[in-house]
Amino acid sequence: MTTIFPQNSSEKGITSRRVNSIAPSGIRKFFDLLATMDNVISLGVGEPDFTTPWNIREAAIYSLEKGYTMYTSNLGMPELRQELSLHLEQSYGVRYDPDSELLITVGVSEALDLAMRATIDPGDQVLMAAPCYVAYPASVLLSCGEPVMIPTNETGCFEIDPPLLEAAVSSRSKAILSGYPSNPTGAVLPRPKMEQIAEIALRHNLLIISDEIYASLVYGIEHTCFASLPGMRERTVLLGGFSKAYAMTGWRIGFAAGPREIIAAMTKIHQYSIMCAPTMAQVAALEALRNSKNSVDEMVADYNHRRQLFVKGLRDIGFSCFEPKGAFYAFPNIGLTNFNSETFAEKLLAEEKVAVVPGTAFGECGEGHVRCCYATSLPELEEALVRIKQFVNRHQK
Amino acid sequence: MSNKEILCLLEKDAKLTPEQIAAMTGSNATEVGQLIKQAEDDHIIVKYKTLINWDKVSNNRVLALVEVKITPQRDVGFDAIAERIYKFAEARTVYLMSGTYDLAVLVEGHTMQEIAEFVTRKLAPIEGVTGTTSHFVLRCYKEDGEILGTKEEAKRQAVFL
Repeated sequence: MTTIFPQNSSEKGITSRRVNSIAPSGIRKFFDLLATMDNVISLGVGEPDFTTPWNIREAAIYSLEKGYTMYTSNLGMPELRQELSLHLEQSYGVRYDPDSELLITVGVSEALDLAMRATIDPGDQVLMAAPCYVAYPASVLLSCGEPVMIPTNETGCFEIDPPLLEAAVSSRSKAILSGYPSNPTGAVLPRPKMEQIAEIALRHNLLIISDEIYASLVYGIEHTCFASLPGMRERTVLLGGFSKAYAMTGWRIGFAAGPREIIAAMTKIHQYSIMCAPTMAQVAALEALRNSKNSVDEMVADYNHRRQLFVKGLRDIGFSCFEPKGAFYAFPNIGLTNFNSETFAEKLLAEEKVAVVPGTAFGECGEGHVRCCYATSLPELEEALVRIKQFVNRHQK
Repeated sequence: MSNKEILCLLEKDAKLTPEQIAAMTGSNATEVGQLIKQAEDDHIIVKYKTLINWDKVSNNRVLALVEVKITPQRDVGFDAIAERIYKFAEARTVYLMSGTYDLAVLVEGHTMQEIAEFVTRKLAPIEGVTGTTSHFVLRCYKEDGEILGTKEEAKRQAVFL
């Protein structure tokens, strides 16, 4: 058999050097172990435990019945962009022209990828807080950029420290990638800190790429949109989506909002690689924006109850756990045992059948923590706390 | 934590303890217990009940929705007749309605015959009742916001970053 690929992989591999530069997930064996077990309480998920509200599902079903099965405009359905524009203005005070400054994407993941590919040249640096969502550094690397990680910690409430950020700025810095409310920490960024970061962006002529997928899931505070800060709209690419707020993860529907020039560049990539977001999902998103505020409010109230119960439960066991004010994750410090994050997660799974994600899955400075998703039923959360307590009792220093 | 927040939580799950509610709302269990006691004393919390899917249990239980037309009375309007009706144990739920009839009465019995007897012998002859229309319930799909069919299975991946 002949192959079109060279045999000597050291010279030129089958896969690109760019892809090879991305390290595979370090917790693969953890996932494999999990797949063999029954009766596991999983706090390892990254999505709501609610099913998409019925009115949204029903709108999509109806669209199929009526035969809405064709492509839409590359940018997305005009009605959806208009409704989204209205939503962003009413919710966060930012105005975007639906015809040129909004792009409907396949989840916020695509929007992130497009934003990177549209703005990053080889060698450009993108600054971001660590620990962070796994796709952030990867998306920069896939654009031949260089991620520059700014460590954050529990003492600093996992908020990016502006002086530390500014110290990391170099002549190659192109953008700051902000991801608050944060996966995995649940941290939010207070407005004064956002303002300091905005000043840094202005001083050094940096773009802000702001992933605000968890914007609706904040507790006891109001979300501030990066683009709403003075001078930021013209240098911010706002990324968002429907997955978390409307429990629509499987629909894969998100958006990007930003300056016309950047959205045009992103649209160029989008039209060649994706064409358009799925029509059915766009119809569902339109219904979500128009008629689902009550559902979102109920889900947020419910997450908040579980959040408070779970964080208190962790603290009662003895964990140090900073208060997450956004998303649906707690990121406790596991220092009361001698285990590192990965061992803690593996042993907890093996001994007590509770799955959490090692903090190191989100970068080296996630060491000493595990990510627990509290978007799980109350009885399961309480049972998980009982099991975690048993585990800690056996392994406490 | 507000009184309303506690009531909303208990309305969804009456088994929640003051300790659980306190943990969920970031408040004090003793204080929550006191607020619940006060709501019980004030008859705001009327009772704690369990939602049962009786279709899964063999039982003799028949429900009918009875539309009742009545002539309102001077000074008391519909209330006096409504009271005569809702005091019957068979009348499980009674609503005053807008529209083409006045009271919607959910009547419970062991057999259709028993309900028919109640309507013809007790309800219809009440002075001021000008007509009734009975609709027997064939199946309950959803009650108190809960779908009674089979429990939905979890469809999430166990781990997702």
